[in-house]
Amino acid sequence: MDSRGAAVRASGVLTVCLAVPAQVVAIDAATETATIALGEVKKDVSLALVDDVAIDDFVLIHVGFALNKISPAEAERTLALMNEAGIAPEEMA
Amino acid sequence: MRFVDEFRSRDVAQKLAAGIAEAADTDRDYRLMEFCGGHTHAIFRYGIQDLMPANVRFIHGPGCPVCVLPIGRIDNAIKLARDDEVILCIYGDLLRVPGSRQTSLLKLKATGADVRMVYSTTDALRIARENPGRQVVFFAIGFETTTPATAVALLAAEREGLENFTVFCNHVLTPAAIQNILQSPEVRDIGSVSIDGFLGPSHVSSIIGSKPYEFFAEEYQKPVVIAGFEPLDVMQSALMLIRQLNEGRHEVENEYTRVVTREGNVKAQQLVADVFELRREFEWRGLGFVPYSALRIKSRFAAFDAEERFDVPALRGSDVKGCECPSILRGAARPTDCKLFGTVCTPDNPMGSCMVSSEGACAAYWSYGRFRKAPEEAAA
Repeated sequence: MDSRGAAVRASGVLTVCLAVPAQVVAIDAATETATIALGEVKKDVSLALVDDVAIDDFVLIHVGFALNKISPAEAERTLALMNEAGIAPEEMA
Repeated sequence: MRFVDEFRSRDVAQKLAAGIAEAADTDRDYRLMEFCGGHTHAIFRYGIQDLMPANVRFIHGPGCPVCVLPIGRIDNAIKLARDDEVILCIYGDLLRVPGSRQTSLLKLKATGADVRMVYSTTDALRIARENPGRQVVFFAIGFETTTPATAVALLAAEREGLENFTVFCNHVLTPAAIQNILQSPEVRDIGSVSIDGFLGPSHVSSIIGSKPYEFFAEEYQKPVVIAGFEPLDVMQSALMLIRQLNEGRHEVENEYTRVVTREGNVKAQQLVADVFELRREFEWRGLGFVPYSALRIKSRFAAFDAEERFDVPALRGSDVKGCECPSILRGAARPTDCKLFGTVCTPDNPMGSCMVSSEGACAAYWSYGRFRKAPEEAAA
């Protein structure tokens, strides 16, 4: 993503269903809040919707909340399938 | 940026384009509805339609919460914000949505109404704490992606006894809308809209999981592939749909496995279930009244429900004459079919909601697609 897009989204101009991946850089367990890095932008988001988030995890951010963790292993698998132009459909179900 | 850049690779896109061209049977058409506005934007921004063979077409669905909000609800919000006691907190994309008689919350704000753009429900709660003498109304809108954040806010308001905070709830449900499209006369009887399969929502599914789609994949015999929002995700998902259609399958497959599971985010689902219940019906722009397609606040939280605290009558707003938003939202017309598109209706001066929202089909056509009309016609 270009940095302008990241900044626009982080500033809250765009909302609805667009969520962005960001890395957790700090966690405040008392307030269920994480600081995330979105390119150059740092922002505090709520962890009220997710369990077991650790520093360095990637999470999907939407309207100030982490929605889900992102699985690096699954991302690699999807990229590998794309690289084969998804040769093996039975593996994808 | 990780999980973004690698899913925009040009080289892989070319491989996928070749794979799709090879897989697509030239003797048939593939009409794939992308439900979400986020997919519509990816398709236009990255020129994905032009990487598809002529017989693979994307049909744009109603998955843009701002676009499907009926004008009456905007008029309700405008009425609320006219009250001097009220601070209306809204997500940014609602500001410019036209209500009846060419009004909007932005125009109202310019006349002095206290309308504030917030990034998150936590900002709305903060504003309520900071302004105990005022009524703070949060205009809640969105599909399942956004609803859990509103649930967390209502639970916090109850916990804190935040008496000056209420929510004007407009949350809607994706599966109900997809089912409504499949049952619409345009799809079932007239055949003016043919849909062969669906690209399923990315972030809605991260919450609800892939399971809710299993019913209508089976019932209506249409394949669904849950697709990420990046361009390679859209292409890979189109390929998976083409393969299913070639093989006569109609299953729910998940391309977006890095985020979506079959069960979804159970914690978020539970929070939503604690706070909200189904409305018997709700009006959608373009789809009309759709049964059990939206949520309302449970009676336990009635003290925090703006529809309980204020007079919020059922209003029937009227669209601007000539605006094709309703048929565009059903997939029955394209933005370029609308007489207002690009003439009197532009993002600077929107007439209809599909031009306002960051996810609207008209906004996508205007921003990225308005120069490619000729090839589209050639392909049709």
